[in-house]
Amino acid sequence: MDKARGSDPMKKSGSPRWRGFLPLVGLVLLVALPFAAQAFGQSALTSLATRMLILAIAASALNIALGLGGLVSFGHAAFYGVGAYAVGILTTHGASGMPFLGFVPGSEHLAVNLLVAMSVSGIVAGLIGALALRTSGVPFIMITLAFAQMLFFFFVALKAYGGDDGLSMRRRNALPGLNMRDDVTFYFTSLTILLAWLGVSARLFHSRFGLLLGGIRQSERRMQAIGVPTVRYRWLAFVLSGVGTGLAGGLMAVFGRFVSPDMMHWTQSGELLIMVVLGGAGTIFGPVLGAFALIGLETLLAGWTEHWQIILGPALVLMALTFRGGLARLGRSEQGP
Amino acid sequence: MALLLEQMLNGVQLGVMLFLLAAGLTLIFGIMGVINLAHGSLYMVGAYAAAFVAQATGSFLLAIPAGLAAAALVGMTIEFTVVRRLYARDHLDQVLATFGLILFFNQLVVLMFGRQPMFVQIPPAFAGAIDLGLFSYPVYRLCIIAVGLATAGALFWLIQRTRLGMLVRAGATHRDMVQALGVDVRLLYTVVFGLGALLAGLAGLMSGPLLSVQVGMGEQILILTFVVVVIGGLGSVSGAFAGALLVGIVDTSLRAFLPGLLRGIMTGSEADALAGGISAMGVYLLMAIVLLVRPKGLFPAHG
Repeated sequence: MDKARGSDPMKKSGSPRWRGFLPLVGLVLLVALPFAAQAFGQSALTSLATRMLILAIAASALNIALGLGGLVSFGHAAFYGVGAYAVGILTTHGASGMPFLGFVPGSEHLAVNLLVAMSVSGIVAGLIGALALRTSGVPFIMITLAFAQMLFFFFVALKAYGGDDGLSMRRRNALPGLNMRDDVTFYFTSLTILLAWLGVSARLFHSRFGLLLGGIRQSERRMQAIGVPTVRYRWLAFVLSGVGTGLAGGLMAVFGRFVSPDMMHWTQSGELLIMVVLGGAGTIFGPVLGAFALIGLETLLAGWTEHWQIILGPALVLMALTFRGGLARLGRSEQGP
Repeated sequence: MALLLEQMLNGVQLGVMLFLLAAGLTLIFGIMGVINLAHGSLYMVGAYAAAFVAQATGSFLLAIPAGLAAAALVGMTIEFTVVRRLYARDHLDQVLATFGLILFFNQLVVLMFGRQPMFVQIPPAFAGAIDLGLFSYPVYRLCIIAVGLATAGALFWLIQRTRLGMLVRAGATHRDMVQALGVDVRLLYTVVFGLGALLAGLAGLMSGPLLSVQVGMGEQILILTFVVVVIGGLGSVSGAFAGALLVGIVDTSLRAFLPGLLRGIMTGSEADALAGGISAMGVYLLMAIVLLVRPKGLFPAHG
């Protein structure tokens, strides 16, 4: 636990000169974590940290819609779940040898399955986004929530793939040359995917696309007036965000060898939002910090009392009322947007 | 024909329940610009308070004021302590804070009443069914419809014909002007929030004898209420009324008639599973269609 918390060292940063090194320090700690966990005989810590890494991907992906696009989506659990089900269904068919729908061959290859998870979530995000972006503000929040709920009920009713009970997989998807059944190997695979995703989102934030979205966030009317098709850009941000969330969902399905409609429960959407805001919306590393902080806090509280939500709830209220800008902006002179 | 009418009544009954919640939600948004996810928790508070008093005293008559008072008090306390600080914030902060409130209230109810659902008897005066010619219909459900329609009427009267309603309407469109004219806007907000909570509590206490009273009941109906509010047009009470009846009737008819229709073209168990899925998704599809045609809802609020 201590090691995991060590990865948000921005808490104590006072001097701006340190800041550049902080991600590097975090990375070193993350690389050292599984070895330290083994040395202290706490190998469960590696699994916990893997979950944090995967949720960090999801939070970072939501951040593209929320922080970059200014879209408060309360339905991102849908893409998380769709990605997970894409992997789950492909893996089931891969294991049984029966093609999906009679012509799509199953697969137990990790890379193939994750790519499919990303594409399917991207398509679903494209459809939901096209409808939801007809509105903005509070209706947008409600509609994304409602669509996620619709998909939740769809998978509850999907008896062929477990329905309510979910879908278990016999073994983890494989990558040639790597032993995925080993938790440390899987941890480093997840870490690599997280780093790659962070690289992509850092590029996005500083690209022309990211700057345009920043402009749209500040004044949509002005951007429209200079000829920017604002809705199309927002839609693209929403789709990219869905793709990344689907990737995280797929990876989580492989990690736990299990998928269930619970992954797209509306509280999951809420938790992803909390991670982004807690860490700092619109920053590159903020959502990662947020994911680690929230899962860490939940694990600590859950170890202390069964009724941990009675503490987490008011903590969230306090956070929303007082805390501006998120963990990643702590110690900077300006406090958030 | 009889079955069709009976299901229509069931749909109207669900519709008026949804209206009681949607009216509060849409008023609170229309006037204060706050999205209140904890509105479902107020429904749950009303249901639990009524169920607790009904079980303790055996009297549903005492349960009614208990449910109403509990919901209104909790609602005004929430407004006073938390929501008041959210008016000037963006919607994201409002979502997070009220999400935190949901977690708190759900867990509080688990601590106080446990995870087992509570069941409430239909009060003996309203037990049994009444013969409506073609079919007989439970008296209690008819009562709910009557209470719901009466409340809707009273609410429209309150908003359109009274001084409070005038302030509410003015506050929704010209907040600063109302304040400049010397109206205590903070008090007005607390009153409106309390009114919304009261309506949610009323829906909660009436639902007790029909559904089991349990943790999570608030969120189930809250999400359906969102659909109603979006279909009707956010901020519009008459839109909420139309949306609620539409959603109630569509949802009930899909659940009632779809399995039978599908069984004509496939085997029984498959038809039931598919029908269950489609009818659970039905209202969301309805919402998607309404949004395609009218992005601002059926009866958009002005401004």
